[in-house]
Amino acid sequence: MAIVFEKPKSLTSKELHYCPGCPHGIIHRLVAEAIDKLGIEGKTIGVAPVGCSVMAYDYFSCDMVEAAHGRAPAVATGMKRALPDNVIFTYQGDGDLASIGMAETVHAATRNENITVIFVNNAIYGMTGGQMAPTSLPGQITQTSPYGRDIKTQGYPIRVCELLSALDAPYYIERVAVNNVKNVLSAKKAIEKAFRNQIDGKGFSLIEVVSACPTNWGLTPQKALEWVEEKMIPYYPLGVYKDRSKEEAR
Amino acid sequence: MSEKVLMKGNEAIAEAALRAGCRHYFGYPITPQTELTAYMAKKLPKIEGGVFLQAESEISAINMVYGVAGTGKRVMTSSSSPGISLKQEGISYIAGADLPAVIVNVQRGGPGLGGIQPSQSDYFQATKGGGHGDYHLIVLAPSSVQEMADLTSLAFDLADKYRNPAMLLADGTLGQMMEPVILPEPSSLTVDKSWAVTGTGMKREHNIINSLYLSPEVLEKKNFERYERYKVIEGNEVRYESYLMDDAEYCIVAFGIAARVAKNAISAMRQRGMRVGLIRPITLWPFPKKAIRQAADKVKGFVSVELSMGQMIEDVKLAEECLRPVSLCCRSGGMIPNVDQVIEETVRLQKQVEGGEF
Repeated sequence: MAIVFEKPKSLTSKELHYCPGCPHGIIHRLVAEAIDKLGIEGKTIGVAPVGCSVMAYDYFSCDMVEAAHGRAPAVATGMKRALPDNVIFTYQGDGDLASIGMAETVHAATRNENITVIFVNNAIYGMTGGQMAPTSLPGQITQTSPYGRDIKTQGYPIRVCELLSALDAPYYIERVAVNNVKNVLSAKKAIEKAFRNQIDGKGFSLIEVVSACPTNWGLTPQKALEWVEEKMIPYYPLGVYKDRSKEEAR
Repeated sequence: MSEKVLMKGNEAIAEAALRAGCRHYFGYPITPQTELTAYMAKKLPKIEGGVFLQAESEISAINMVYGVAGTGKRVMTSSSSPGISLKQEGISYIAGADLPAVIVNVQRGGPGLGGIQPSQSDYFQATKGGGHGDYHLIVLAPSSVQEMADLTSLAFDLADKYRNPAMLLADGTLGQMMEPVILPEPSSLTVDKSWAVTGTGMKREHNIINSLYLSPEVLEKKNFERYERYKVIEGNEVRYESYLMDDAEYCIVAFGIAARVAKNAISAMRQRGMRVGLIRPITLWPFPKKAIRQAADKVKGFVSVELSMGQMIEDVKLAEECLRPVSLCCRSGGMIPNVDQVIEETVRLQKQVEGGEF
């Protein structure tokens, strides 16, 4: 019998701790598939965040580093500067990247640091049990916005791709989603491109993956994916926000 | 290599770090240590493999240090008191992940934004951990520009040898003053760094740089192991200078710039017939407990001279086990005790002792 689908080689056999229906598993797989396809596992070093994917260091079979909350782009900067021939990626959630780590994110981007950032946006703090994130939607009910996110007192969500693409430096910024097969396939291409850019020495690539959190959204996995389509994607439109290869081509 | 040059303390640290093989420096401007950052900015880009980066904050700088330290390469950051407070989270992670790195604190007065004049008021922060959790830094306290250079070299070696962050705890006076210095030779230490993340090369299991252990049993074991290592450091690495202690009736304990003032005070007191000596801790952690305990058998009292409201005095009291009175001679906020003040305090202690107050 022919094998039609396998676990990527650059994932370990450790069982994932994620909740049922959580897309982190899909996104880990897409990252690992990109690493496998490009044949770079042996020289790749991943930086895990603080948040649900804090234990990503157990799941990727390449060398891994666990960073302090929000500091992954700074840690990755140090590593890339020390080991310019290696491939360094960070894997971060919305609280990590867009709240506590915003300074590190913006400055790594504006230095066009030659790293790959995988940014998983599920509009909530999952690990701590469902608090408001910088990307929680207006009106979204969370543990710390129990009456719905009030934009008058709690501000508006941050659109990371739009914000970073206002900078001159970053090489490639794209937003994708993993709520259906078509989107998963586009996400796969984007993630692979973000790694290829680094190998080609192009600089900072960030792929925002619009994700879901059925557990803390209080929805079934199926309903959560519908919520992504109906609520998240309209606020966070998918697409390429910056691609300096276009400028180079001109 | 062994020529004598005239250098600022801050620059001597930088040059010694380069000679120790440090090729990665991450900093953020803050007075009174900025010459160090500027020296690195000038030199590192001209050296093969040299990386100088002005980070967006002290927080980022220490996390860049964490990243490089994880790759096993020698790395340094420097700052002054308020900036060192910002680095504490990262320092705790570096200690928790058992990584070698060198952190320089050219202290200024505090708390808060404080001032820009010299201070030793980060003693507690440096020697008791500083950040969260069970750990120590190896803390070296230079007292001259020569030691700024020599102890920087030593800090890199000790950090590598014991897989623990080391701090050079200087102050604004030492950072700014110029003195002749013989720059140290490059280090010959080689240590195994097979724990580093450099890419598996598909030849080994993946290495993980981490300080997260969700199982309390495992975390406790890690901390026990670290403290076993600390016992070895305490056994091997205590350094101090003993000055005119052979016949001393009173012992001044002072480090860094305070020890320079103390020595001048001791000369003046000896001319007046007072038998006063000095124990100058060079390692603040591990603290020279035994030397002070032994001195307690011989002397009638101790004077702790500090540029703080009295921080090291607690370690002096612990070390001498309440055998003798310990008095404090201090200035704070960027002020420096002068020779007269040290003499006055020592004479006052002597009168109390002779008057049978203790």
